[in-house]
Amino acid sequence: MLRIPCPYCGPRDEAEFNYGGPTHITRPQLSATDTEWSHYLYFRENPKGLYRERWLHFAGCGQWFNVLRDTVTHEIHQAYPMGASGE
Amino acid sequence: MSAPGPYRLSTARQDERLDFSFDGRKFYGVHGDTVASALLANGVRIVSRSFKFHRPRGIFSAGYEEPNAIVQLHSGAEVIPGERAPLVPLIPGLQVSSRVGWPSRSFDLLRAIDYVHPIFAAGFYNKTFIWPSWHLYEGWIRKLAGLGHAPTGPDPDRYDTCHAHCDVLVIGGGEAGLAAAVSAGSAGQRVLLVEQSNELGTNTQRLRELAQVTVLTRAMAVIYYDHDLVALTQKVSPTLSGESANGALPRERLWLVRTGRVILATGGIEQPLIFCNNDRPGIMLAGAAGQYLRRHAVAPGREVVIATNNDTAYPIACELREAGVDVTALVDAREEVPSHLAAELRALRVPIHFSTMPVDTHGFSGLKSVSLGTLNNRDQVTAVSTLPCDALLVSGGWSPALHLFAQAGGKLSFSELTRTFQPVAPHPSIEIVGDAASPPSGAGAIRVSPVGSAARQWIDLRHDVTVADIELSVRENFVAVEHIKRYTTLGMSMDQGKIGQAPATEVIAKARGMAPSQLAHTTFRPPFVPVTLGTMVGRNVGDFYAPTRRTPLHAIQAEAGALFDDFGSWRRAAAFPHPGESRDAAVHREIKLVRAGVGLYDASPLGKIELIGPDALDFADRFYINNLMTLKAGRVRYGLMLRESGVIFDDGTVTLLDEDRVLLTTTSGGAGRVAQWLEEWRQCEWPNSRVVVAPVTEQWASVALTGQHARKILERLQPECSVSNEDFPHLEFRKTRVLGSEARIYRVSFSGELTYEINVFSHKAPALWAALLEEGREFGIGPYGVDALLQLRMEKGFLHLGADTDGTTVPDDVGFGKPAAAKQRHYIGKRSLSLPENVRPDRLQLVGLRGARTAGIPIGSHLRLPDSGQATDGWVTSTGLCSADGMPVALALLRAGRQQTDKVTTVHDEGRVVTTARVVSRVFYDEPGARMNA
Amino acid sequence: MLIMQRYSLLKVLGHGLRRNRDWGPAWRSPALKKSYDIVVIGGGGHGLATAYFLARKHGVRSVALLERGHIGQGNSGRNTQVTRSNYFYPVSSSFFDHSLQLYEGLGRELNFNVMLRQDGMIVLAHSLHELEGTRRWANAIRMNGVDAEILSEAEIRRQVPILNSRPRFPIVGGLMQRRAGISRHDATVWGFARGASDYGADLIQNCEVTGFRKSGGRVIGVETSAGVVNCGRVVMSVSNHCSVLARLAGFDLPISTMTLQAMVTEPIEPILDPCVISGLIHAYVSQSDRGEIVIGGAADVFTSYRQRGSFHVTRGILAAALELFPSFSRLKLMRQWAGAVDITPDTSPIMGLTPVQGLYINCGWGTGGYKAIPAGGDTMAHTAVYDKPHPLIASFDLARFERGALIDEGAAAGVAH
Repeated sequence: MLRIPCPYCGPRDEAEFNYGGPTHITRPQLSATDTEWSHYLYFRENPKGLYRERWLHFAGCGQWFNVLRDTVTHEIHQAYPMGASGE
Repeated sequence: MSAPGPYRLSTARQDERLDFSFDGRKFYGVHGDTVASALLANGVRIVSRSFKFHRPRGIFSAGYEEPNAIVQLHSGAEVIPGERAPLVPLIPGLQVSSRVGWPSRSFDLLRAIDYVHPIFAAGFYNKTFIWPSWHLYEGWIRKLAGLGHAPTGPDPDRYDTCHAHCDVLVIGGGEAGLAAAVSAGSAGQRVLLVEQSNELGTNTQRLRELAQVTVLTRAMAVIYYDHDLVALTQKVSPTLSGESANGALPRERLWLVRTGRVILATGGIEQPLIFCNNDRPGIMLAGAAGQYLRRHAVAPGREVVIATNNDTAYPIACELREAGVDVTALVDAREEVPSHLAAELRALRVPIHFSTMPVDTHGFSGLKSVSLGTLNNRDQVTAVSTLPCDALLVSGGWSPALHLFAQAGGKLSFSELTRTFQPVAPHPSIEIVGDAASPPSGAGAIRVSPVGSAARQWIDLRHDVTVADIELSVRENFVAVEHIKRYTTLGMSMDQGKIGQAPATEVIAKARGMAPSQLAHTTFRPPFVPVTLGTMVGRNVGDFYAPTRRTPLHAIQAEAGALFDDFGSWRRAAAFPHPGESRDAAVHREIKLVRAGVGLYDASPLGKIELIGPDALDFADRFYINNLMTLKAGRVRYGLMLRESGVIFDDGTVTLLDEDRVLLTTTSGGAGRVAQWLEEWRQCEWPNSRVVVAPVTEQWASVALTGQHARKILERLQPECSVSNEDFPHLEFRKTRVLGSEARIYRVSFSGELTYEINVFSHKAPALWAALLEEGREFGIGPYGVDALLQLRMEKGFLHLGADTDGTTVPDDVGFGKPAAAKQRHYIGKRSLSLPENVRPDRLQLVGLRGARTAGIPIGSHLRLPDSGQATDGWVTSTGLCSADGMPVALALLRAGRQQTDKVTTVHDEGRVVTTARVVSRVFYDEPGARMNA
Repeated sequence: MLIMQRYSLLKVLGHGLRRNRDWGPAWRSPALKKSYDIVVIGGGGHGLATAYFLARKHGVRSVALLERGHIGQGNSGRNTQVTRSNYFYPVSSSFFDHSLQLYEGLGRELNFNVMLRQDGMIVLAHSLHELEGTRRWANAIRMNGVDAEILSEAEIRRQVPILNSRPRFPIVGGLMQRRAGISRHDATVWGFARGASDYGADLIQNCEVTGFRKSGGRVIGVETSAGVVNCGRVVMSVSNHCSVLARLAGFDLPISTMTLQAMVTEPIEPILDPCVISGLIHAYVSQSDRGEIVIGGAADVFTSYRQRGSFHVTRGILAAALELFPSFSRLKLMRQWAGAVDITPDTSPIMGLTPVQGLYINCGWGTGGYKAIPAGGDTMAHTAVYDKPHPLIASFDLARFERGALIDEGAAAGVAH
């Protein structure tokens, strides 16, 4: 069970969070082709390694935030507020 | 008076005896015994039968690694099918069974299989039993295995869960563990020390002085999770079940410990020597024999031979001799040993033979003698002699218990120096100390006998896997360690192969012609030892499996005879049957009541979310297919919400309560989902939107007063606002007061009748409900439930999400294509509506069906159009009887539905055509909507 | 061209008399050649079945199967062995029932006992509303020509007497597919491996594909840890690593890799014949031929390649299993493990052509790939030979996502597949 460092509440058990998938989402323009639009809807990076994703601390502060995590080792490198760039 | 058991070396009084039974026969043990020590003391040699060959087996070890003595305790609902006898504390009256042997454990006819054992080598069932079908054989193969009983009823015990945090988790309370705990505790760290047995060893004085150190006894660490979370199981009730302690104590407790770091002081697991017939009753690990002697004053036999390849057996030999046990010889596979060890033993007159190891044993029902082979310097056997004995203690070296290290992701490899597994690299959070770090010395000599039939040399006692099975596996090209394990089933049983890991690796390496250190190590799967399922689950059982959500009107409805059912996560009144009335009859009556008179409905579970702020309406408008920007204050509009893929996500009403306050209603099951959805977009995509999302579902109860008499009844409650049709038309909202409390009244109708949804604060709801029933009495008012409402709305063609829609339905499928296309402003999902799949003309579209008088249209039945080339053309999503004429009607999703009007479909249910139905408009009742607007 | 020995009871007896010394390898371990007609990447059940059908059905023997570890080490060796074909949509139904029919004859076809036991699968419904959806599903299955029936609560309890007699959520009925059941996953893998090898395919273990060689949009070879292999066609049959491999080939996939846990209890006497699954009380429970109770449930829903599960998910799955079968509470959990599953947006697989000519893909099986192994191999072999998707898999193409044409079994049937 991951120990997720909520930027507002501190480290808490994974069971207190909901997963939101990829973060830093840029949507294509509405004028995008069907191919581009469906690519945005369905295709995923699914990296074996570092991944930027979003989590919701539903059992705590109720805030969404970003996490940089290794999908192989589960090591969490960074947790930063939604809207921040994380660089 | 000698203590219970011919092999007991001490005495005890009569009143210290504990009685227990094993396979129906009564025995006596003493307080402090385990089932294993009591059986040994009583000279019970055969405790079980081996899995495949039904060979007699005896107690082999003194701990969790026990492969043979796995017994069943109790019976009936309290039965515990598989417990390791060395770990079961003896309690008076304990019922123990072996569960094997036909007709009995001591005399098992199925041992005949042993005489044709080569047929049953590894993998034999893959090569046969194919014809005519596996099913024929599988039944009796399962029965022959002689497995434990399953409990016959629910678990009478309960299991607790505790959480703990510490800086250092020390696993193992032996010498090394104690020292580590003292050291960390003295440095001011919070320490949790976990020990498997009842109490710690010696020298606990210093430990007790450290306030920061907590000790858990009767506890074992079993699973290592991410980020240094470790699960421990702890036996709590002093007896085997909580029942005996008046249920005051849980039977077991699960600890979830989040720690800064872990110190593994888990010691080692003694490994056996491998030789022909190394599985007879009477053969036991030397360390185990030492424990039985020390803790229970039990001797392993009357004529004991000890065979070893390392130093640790020597002190045990001395102990046994000093206790008066006849140790006829100690044989050591090595050429020489440290002189002090030999000297001590010689002083006790125990003969020692070097360069000697067992090569075979004899004795049909148990050990009678051992054949010893003399080894030359090339590990070949040059001479064999035989010694009579009834106990053979074997010591083949020690394997460190590093399973938790491996579970944590640590890699292990076989070291040719220590002849056992070592970490390849340290783990950042785990320190290994004591015997687990450096196993007790001297496993430098041969472990596996070089002579004799490999098919009679056991590697895995529990699953009856021999050296021959491993060799066969390699011969058949199942060479990867994982393949060998699965092909032979090595290590896949209850003992998880703990004894035999090291010899197995050496045997596999030899069969493959490799060095053991070159082999990939097989994964250690959690848990370290088997864990009771009840312990894993804790208190989330029975009524606590899932929360029950009740509306504020639950009690008052129950009094009225409501029949409750589960609707999503809510417990709701499905109907209100009169005494003796069936659910169906009640529903029919309630429908008539609402259509012809007036009814009362509890709409409280409907999701309610307030959006508050200057951007509230603008924010809401981004989510619905409907144009909300034209919504005026006090007006209500029905809307559909989509996912980004264009699929319908939820539906409900949008009300502009006032200029910076919007109320959304959602489906009762979707309230949480929608709130989280809105919040995600607000926080992540539109953080500059000046709006707050406030779920208020539980705050407001909602009572729907429904029917032509609704207005008259509401007037009697004297609401502060006017409720005439001119002053308060359909699809409007009024904030007012009723019965002295704040109320929000919405004129919306799901049933198609004149309806006022009266919202008051939850705690005021029962009074409102009672008042409405009272005031409506002269109009014949009565409550109605969800079943009736779903049918009422069906006649109006109103959507019931999840029935009329599924996870693929888009707005156009259910008749909302025009508004969805017309809205200029982008909303979530709009872009996807033009994807090719979503505009296909032959999509499933919602239509109405009229059936024949002779048969209803069954829910979930499928439809076929005339000249259809498809397996199915759609299915019935809602069904009922038309109020107007009593004919069966339904809603259905039908291929290209809107083009099929007037076509007749066949209706298929459970493999037959049950009726036909004509495709019609989906509104069966009051199409103009006059009644709602009255 | 059968070079290996045939298995039979007589052979087992005969070899037994000779102390089993003369059994030969179940499959060959040849050296990797420099070129093949077709390379299959992935030594799980699907890849092995593909190699088998290529050789057996289409006579294509110049086939190399490349597996980076040992065969069957992935999800083929970790699943809960449920074998069934109770799917909602006609395209899914046809495919999965083709697979189940192949399973029914597989022991004889492969001359290897895959130990198929067809004692049925029951999907429980816990409310009238849920039962309505179950009826729709049962009828969908029947309209597809596959067996399914609705059972009443009484009938279910007769077949599964150990079901909770006082459940938190009542059991109001359910759906039964009688032909569903359990088989032995390792046996299926090994049976196909032996068959493929017998018919001439080279099974190469410990060989990892590290890149693709292309020319003008067409695949001409693969780069591996053991050197370059030239080939005209490649079937990519890996599960959780499909995104990684696809990226090496130059395209993306709609896949998220997640953890799926499974666990077994200690073995006990036979007490459960059919498999039982509930959507609401989410777990699936069966009893293996070794007597262990086998339990699975929801996935750990975040992207992960670690193949370890979280505690609260394990607890949730076991809590559901105990809610269905409270008498299991005193049994012991013997072993728990996990695999990494490749989840698609519609929980239906991705099979057929890719943007790279000559490169075919078979992935996205998520939590339901084991039962599909025979049909997966059969259809992918056909696809690779004819450079056209087999009719049974045409709807599962990668391009369906561009059209928005998802085949959402989970949405239709309401139960995770």
